[in-house]
Amino acid sequence: MDKNLEPIVKNIQEKFGAALEEFREEAHLFLKPEQIVDALTLLRDESNFELLSALTATDYWPQTAPRFHVIYQLTSLEKNLSLQIRVPVNGDSPKVPTVTGIYASANWRERELLDMFGIEVEGHPDPRRILMPEDHEGHPLRKDYPLGYEEPQFSFNYDEIDLRKPYAKE
Amino acid sequence: MSQIEEVSIEKFKHLVSARALTGETMLLNMGPQHPSTHGVLRLLLELDGEIVVNCIPDIGYLHTGIEKNMEAKTYQKAEVMTDRLDYMNTMGNNLAYVMAVEKLVDLDVPARAQGLRVILTELQRIASHLVWLGTSGLDLAAMSMFLYCFREREQILDIFELVSGQRMMTTYFRPGGVWRDVPVEFEKAVRDFIKIFPKRIDEYESLLTKNPLFIDRMVDIGHLSKEVALQYGVTGPSLRASGVNWDLRKARPYCGYEQYDFNVPTRTEGDTYARYLVRIDELRESLKIVEQALNKLPLGPVRSENRKFVPPPRSEIGVSMEALIHHFKLWTEGFPAPKASVYSAVESPRGELGLMLEGDGGPKPLRVHLRTPSFDNLGVLSQIVKGHLVADLVAILASIDIVLGDIDR
Repeated sequence: MDKNLEPIVKNIQEKFGAALEEFREEAHLFLKPEQIVDALTLLRDESNFELLSALTATDYWPQTAPRFHVIYQLTSLEKNLSLQIRVPVNGDSPKVPTVTGIYASANWRERELLDMFGIEVEGHPDPRRILMPEDHEGHPLRKDYPLGYEEPQFSFNYDEIDLRKPYAKE
Repeated sequence: MSQIEEVSIEKFKHLVSARALTGETMLLNMGPQHPSTHGVLRLLLELDGEIVVNCIPDIGYLHTGIEKNMEAKTYQKAEVMTDRLDYMNTMGNNLAYVMAVEKLVDLDVPARAQGLRVILTELQRIASHLVWLGTSGLDLAAMSMFLYCFREREQILDIFELVSGQRMMTTYFRPGGVWRDVPVEFEKAVRDFIKIFPKRIDEYESLLTKNPLFIDRMVDIGHLSKEVALQYGVTGPSLRASGVNWDLRKARPYCGYEQYDFNVPTRTEGDTYARYLVRIDELRESLKIVEQALNKLPLGPVRSENRKFVPPPRSEIGVSMEALIHHFKLWTEGFPAPKASVYSAVESPRGELGLMLEGDGGPKPLRVHLRTPSFDNLGVLSQIVKGHLVADLVAILASIDIVLGDIDR
């Protein structure tokens, strides 16, 4: 871990009782969903983490408690530091509070979270799907969502496959 | 499923102004098949006459599930998916991916491979900026720019074909090095380009930089302040045009960028013209890096000797039993990566291209997340077009240089 990052991590650990994991010089802090807004506000205002580089999740299915880790990757341009915050959430009705008030870029990223993982974001100003069509069922990046494919149609079997293709027909 | 549902304004009520509900302003779709959106992007515009009141981007038309697909492939095979991500920056995407894999499994890369990586990603940056310059010129009715820029881009694509056999979907960088050493013609091809290109940049500039029509369309249009840019996660040339000196090649050097002497062009105006000037300067800086890297390019191996992760060369397979076993194991099973997560980022032509790679102890990644710069850069669009004309929206969209393959993944 970077020497300049140590006091910042220590501060968060003391204030929120966060667990720390280190791998290849990267620091990952584990927080509870209800702490994330306070922690990110603190990091942005006092430690110059002005950029939310990424906001995503990982699905650990079939494990259910916690099933997901919601991941916030922060960057400080001024101090040239990176910090990752992970928020474990359970599989039944996964929920995190929105951080759009702290980083505006979280708006689209949280819509992606909702779309791809079905993790509800409380207080989001615009909770619509972002990449998948509005009427799509399921959340593609969940591990229990199968990886599908499209049958290639050739001239000899075009009509046969066309009949069972699930797209809108006249 | 056969009826076409009528889209009601109810769905977008929270995004448009109150005047749209009474019909005072007009809602208009721009795209998804509009040439100036540079791909398939739909912009729902709320217009007061010619003036944009609100702009609601609708993305996902090009979503191909690249992250999901990568999670179903081994570490070597997943790399081809990264080419299809941002198709203007295939070498850069390969670099981001192989660097993440190398960080995850702790793999060394020989110096010659690092040098080649720098040369080719910088050529790719030039090619990407040329497409941007050509298409944004086209959007502003500078028709001939497109032809000139594609002429030079062709030369770069020829170099890519020379080294990898492919013009666009290169997959040339591999975990632990590059696919194979470059052919002897490589050096001359790059030197030819280095010789010809500075004059060509001057040519582009003489056509555009002081052209009054061009300046009219660009200056004071789409102002992006430093604070808004950071709030919305904008990175790359668009951020540097707003006065933030942040370039991952300088801030966190990778692939030996610290050995090369180059500047990071920045501007403070934050308008469309500033973004144009920053990218033009970046063309020159990238060329400087290519030249230095080519002069310094050491001889030696181009792939790591660590046989647990890198397949042995063809010549060894016939004579060594171990080499044959390694070859077989690597191409049937793949290599395992530890149960941990890394985040590694590179500076793509559009900004911070980050890759979050999480292994589960097996040969396939548990999670691949691509932090693509265009996604965040497009997010800020609705903020910077407010109050401008529809025609200016085209200029602004061109200036933030989005690639829809990069956004929709």
